[in-house]
Amino acid sequence: MKKENSRRTFFKNISLATFSALALSGCDMKALKEFLQQNFRTLSKKEKDDIVKNLQVQYKETYGKEFHVSIEPAMEGVLFGYALDLSRCIGCRKCVYACVGENNQSRDPQIHWIQVLEMEKDKGIDLAHSNVHYNPDKVPEKGKSYFPVACQQCRNPQCTTVCPVKATWQEPDGIVVVDYNWCIGCRYCMAACPYGARHFNWGEPKVPSDEINTEMHYLGNRPRMKGVVEKCTFCIQRVRVGKYPSCVEICPVGARKFGNLLDPESEIRYILENKRVFVLKQELNTQPKFYYFFGI
Amino acid sequence: MKDKHYRRILFQLPFVALLLFLLCYCNQGGKKEPTNSPEQSDSVSTKQSALSAENAIELPPFTDGIFPCSECHADLVPNPTKRDLVDMHDDISAMFDHDKENRWCTDCHDLQYRDSLKLASGKLLDFKESYKLCGQCHGEKLRDWKVGVHGKRTGFWNGKKEYLLCVHCHNPHTPKFKQLTPEPPPIRQEDIN
Repeated sequence: MKKENSRRTFFKNISLATFSALALSGCDMKALKEFLQQNFRTLSKKEKDDIVKNLQVQYKETYGKEFHVSIEPAMEGVLFGYALDLSRCIGCRKCVYACVGENNQSRDPQIHWIQVLEMEKDKGIDLAHSNVHYNPDKVPEKGKSYFPVACQQCRNPQCTTVCPVKATWQEPDGIVVVDYNWCIGCRYCMAACPYGARHFNWGEPKVPSDEINTEMHYLGNRPRMKGVVEKCTFCIQRVRVGKYPSCVEICPVGARKFGNLLDPESEIRYILENKRVFVLKQELNTQPKFYYFFGI
Repeated sequence: MKDKHYRRILFQLPFVALLLFLLCYCNQGGKKEPTNSPEQSDSVSTKQSALSAENAIELPPFTDGIFPCSECHADLVPNPTKRDLVDMHDDISAMFDHDKENRWCTDCHDLQYRDSLKLASGKLLDFKESYKLCGQCHGEKLRDWKVGVHGKRTGFWNGKKEYLLCVHCHNPHTPKFKQLTPEPPPIRQEDIN
């Protein structure tokens, strides 16, 4: 018997195979739609609204709560900046856990967007010998200083330029965000970031439903999937509606300052104009919008 | 002839209207400045008063039942002598650590008007304005606090802010910050199973 090797049979078989593979994988239309979803920046308003609506339903099914997923765009004339007074930080790590709660970071496997580094005071800022696992009974300890590090929200962010699929970019208000649906998990950005500010979901992220923050932003604190990278967004879900980031609000010593760099009346501008500030790893020309200073 | 005259008027009418409109517009333009300036001065005054609005957040953190001071002090004869207090306010006397060598109660609390604080000048001050008292010595801190650099602001970065008084964070009788128990450290990689 002669074997049919025509192009026609090839196409017939391949389409049959695709359909049967789809049917066998138990993939419903919703998941298929999500899989075929385009990069967030190329979506129309209607498409974004549909996606958000679906997400809210999906999250409600998973966590049994009402969710609000925002797609609030950047405000005009706003460029966010942050300043941290190192002379005040006492290393209590309240910011770390406020951030975890606000931004729905996975509890297990554990992800912390903020790392507080403990250093020997007499050695100055010595990142190489800093300790993130310090655990004394009381802080601050004598002879120690503390140095919190999170995303520096660079003006020249190398994490975005290395992304092969453009799943991460800088928004007009200066916040570097990730489209978790578009991220392929290659972790190039993590290698490119000189601040260790990006974190990878090695496992299925777990957030208890009674602790989940239901106020979300699509580009911020919505639940992430396994295999995607996440990072600090200055609490995009808060700052785009005028609120302060949650680390600013929790800090018991008022070491954290936040505001609009384009507003000459803002406290962040006052700090830049009246205090001596520095940025971390200035020599790399990443041009952070996160400034450190010594207030006293 | 009459008809022609009438037509000419009709023809000129739009020009007259345009002229009138322009005149009105210029007049308005001229008027604009004086009407604008009170608005401007308004915005300046709201900016200045914004600080006092921001200050008015919570009441000073009094110990329960301690205020008004006059409730007890009305019947007491004022004694201005510096001494260790026993019976009442002995707790404050014991913890007092705010330039102890040179200071005493009546440097900040008024001896006569018990429900008031007092500046070095003798001027009486409400407890809600205690930051002015602190600012007498800590002028640099007061300056930073007023612009939101010292202390903590909550609320909106582009709108209404809430501000804490100095005494919400610093106990005025012993202002140095006490140590805190830190939150748990991140899990070590080697501890992950």
